Amino acid sequence: MSRIDRRALLGATAGAAALGVLPGRRARAQAANTIRIGVMNDQSGPYRDIGGPNGVMMAQIAAQEFGNGRGFNIEVIGADHQNRPDVGVNIARQWYDQGVDMILDVPTSSVGLAVNSVAREKNKVYINVGAATADLTGPQCSPNTAHWVYDTYMLAKSTGGAMVRAGGDSWFFITADYAFGHALERDTTAFVRANGGRVAGGVRYPFPATSDFSSFLVQAQASRAKVIGFANAGADTINCIKQAAEFGITRRGTKLAALLMFIADVHALGLESAQGLVMTESFYWDLDDRTRAFSRRVQPRLNNRAMPNMVTAGNYSATLHYLKAVADIGVAASKVSGIEVMNRMKGLPVEDEAFGRGTLRQDGRMMVPSYLFEVKSPAESRGPWDYLKLLQTTAADEAWRPLSEGGCPFVRT
Amino acid sequence: MDDIFGIPAPLLFGQLLLGLINGAFYALLSLGLAVIFGMLNVINFAHGAQFMMGAFVAWMLLEYAGLNYWWALILAPLLVGVFGVILERTMIARLYKLDHLYGLLLTFGLGLIIEGIFRNQYGSSGLPYRIPPQLSGAWDLGFMYMPVYRGWVVAVAVVMCIGTWLVIEKTKIGSYLRASTENAALVQAFGINVPRLMTLTYGAGVALAAFAGVLAAPIYSVNPQMGSNLIIIVFAVVVIGGMGSILGSVITGFGLGIIEGLTKVFYPEASATVIFVVMAIVLLARPAGLFGRA
Repeated sequence: MSRIDRRALLGATAGAAALGVLPGRRARAQAANTIRIGVMNDQSGPYRDIGGPNGVMMAQIAAQEFGNGRGFNIEVIGADHQNRPDVGVNIARQWYDQGVDMILDVPTSSVGLAVNSVAREKNKVYINVGAATADLTGPQCSPNTAHWVYDTYMLAKSTGGAMVRAGGDSWFFITADYAFGHALERDTTAFVRANGGRVAGGVRYPFPATSDFSSFLVQAQASRAKVIGFANAGADTINCIKQAAEFGITRRGTKLAALLMFIADVHALGLESAQGLVMTESFYWDLDDRTRAFSRRVQPRLNNRAMPNMVTAGNYSATLHYLKAVADIGVAASKVSGIEVMNRMKGLPVEDEAFGRGTLRQDGRMMVPSYLFEVKSPAESRGPWDYLKLLQTTAADEAWRPLSEGGCPFVRT
Repeated sequence: MDDIFGIPAPLLFGQLLLGLINGAFYALLSLGLAVIFGMLNVINFAHGAQFMMGAFVAWMLLEYAGLNYWWALILAPLLVGVFGVILERTMIARLYKLDHLYGLLLTFGLGLIIEGIFRNQYGSSGLPYRIPPQLSGAWDLGFMYMPVYRGWVVAVAVVMCIGTWLVIEKTKIGSYLRASTENAALVQAFGINVPRLMTLTYGAGVALAAFAGVLAAPIYSVNPQMGSNLIIIVFAVVVIGGMGSILGSVITGFGLGIIEGLTKVFYPEASATVIFVVMAIVLLARPAGLFGRA
């Protein structure tokens, strides 16, 4: 009862605040010449540290760097969707109706998919960065939508594939019972089976009302599976890993696969508990000189002096690419048709300091390499945020689901 | 190996034990709520936030003052308890004469504010807190691997519950408390400072929440949302046990932990809902709760 009530209260406040930023009926000429970007994500719940206020800030940094001197103004606003599809859809409708041209980020797959249909209906631009489900470029793909830095297929192929190759051929899944968990479990299962492994069992637990996972961990151990796959994210993954260590599961040789982990999660767990885990990302601040320079430049502007992660860096990259396309076809044309902007985005090469070079595929999938990392031990780490070492790089054309297998209706292959 | 309802017996025993451990948290938290409601007639919706504060204060003591878990177990409840006393003196005490709803709204708002402040300061993904070295490790029970720390949690929770019950039922101060809930004016006429008694009771209830928070810190992710995940379940526990009944909330806490544990084996998707199903059934059959006085 109260969880919903308190979130509804928060939502009303956040929604009002977000809308308050929009100018009322101020000079219409100026409005027509302003590109508005709405960053919608979790500002108050379990996924806040993945995107949240820092996600909004990174879009603002991109907008400032792109500059207002190109004949149009840029405005970036933010709102909290509280991980609820109904709240997300309401904000999306209001935003698009009141002159927002592009909606960005939208983590939590259930909300990400819901906003997807609103963008298509209104013919606006939607760039999803934070949600994981690969359905956004599969059965539910849309000519108005791009999916930026990661998805369940890429995670499953990289992390899942690596675990099976290392001998983990029987799996037990602990899955968050909603769209994201299901998609991640489904995609990982496909890779486990394709590599000759099998699935020994699994549980689906209520999200977000679960904080004790010991019961599921004990069930997983009783199944005698060699790998326990966590098809969840954020605080749930942290609790799973913490409690697996407590119940001595890794000491008995069972491997843990955190199928979606962010550097913020490693920061929260501490290296003592997280060391040795493998995880997949398409961005890490300490990858090379380019990412280091970029990260050091933006870090002072982020909350809690966090390093940019895959999602916040993705917001930066997506904003920049979108603005390039708008500058290319002109503000007036961009406001008329989201599909036109998206088509131009697909025609331009993606290039920025965070991700280097990439391409935006026909189905909306942004293609960059994926990286498999191992979490360092406390002895290997030189200090805060020095957490990962690179194990393996998967090239952009290998990392993602092939266009022909996605089942995207509007793509002809 | 014997199967019970298709589940191997050892696995089932393990799940019963785990349910009991979660029940210990429910019991500790609902105990504080029941004490506050029973004595003050305030439905303390800030209880989850105060539980979270206990865990955070434990982390802060370690991080900024270098004080370990054992110090935190004593100091965190004291500090958060003092914070509760200040809340009671400055705000909550003004609402005793009004309907329950006002107290509920005020504490609900306070809980949101506290949670928001911590989220702004420390983010949402949480902070690491390790199990104290004296309690790390595990016993091999044959049918499952039992972490020493979880055993400690159950033992401490039982001691705290019995202790609280003894204080309220068997001591002089407990009798003052019970008397002032019945008829505050009369007790005051005997020269007992009833408002101070109320303040201390609220502080003690809050301290119990913080104590549970310290116990939870090494097991759960120490994050600002950790209380809001638990608090709804704990309210259901208090309602099922009978509002204000101390014994009722303790027994119901452990009992529901076990019911939830079994649901996690047979139908995990419903494990968050089963407690509310029980609550609905109990309310239909006994509106005052299992141990409440109608």
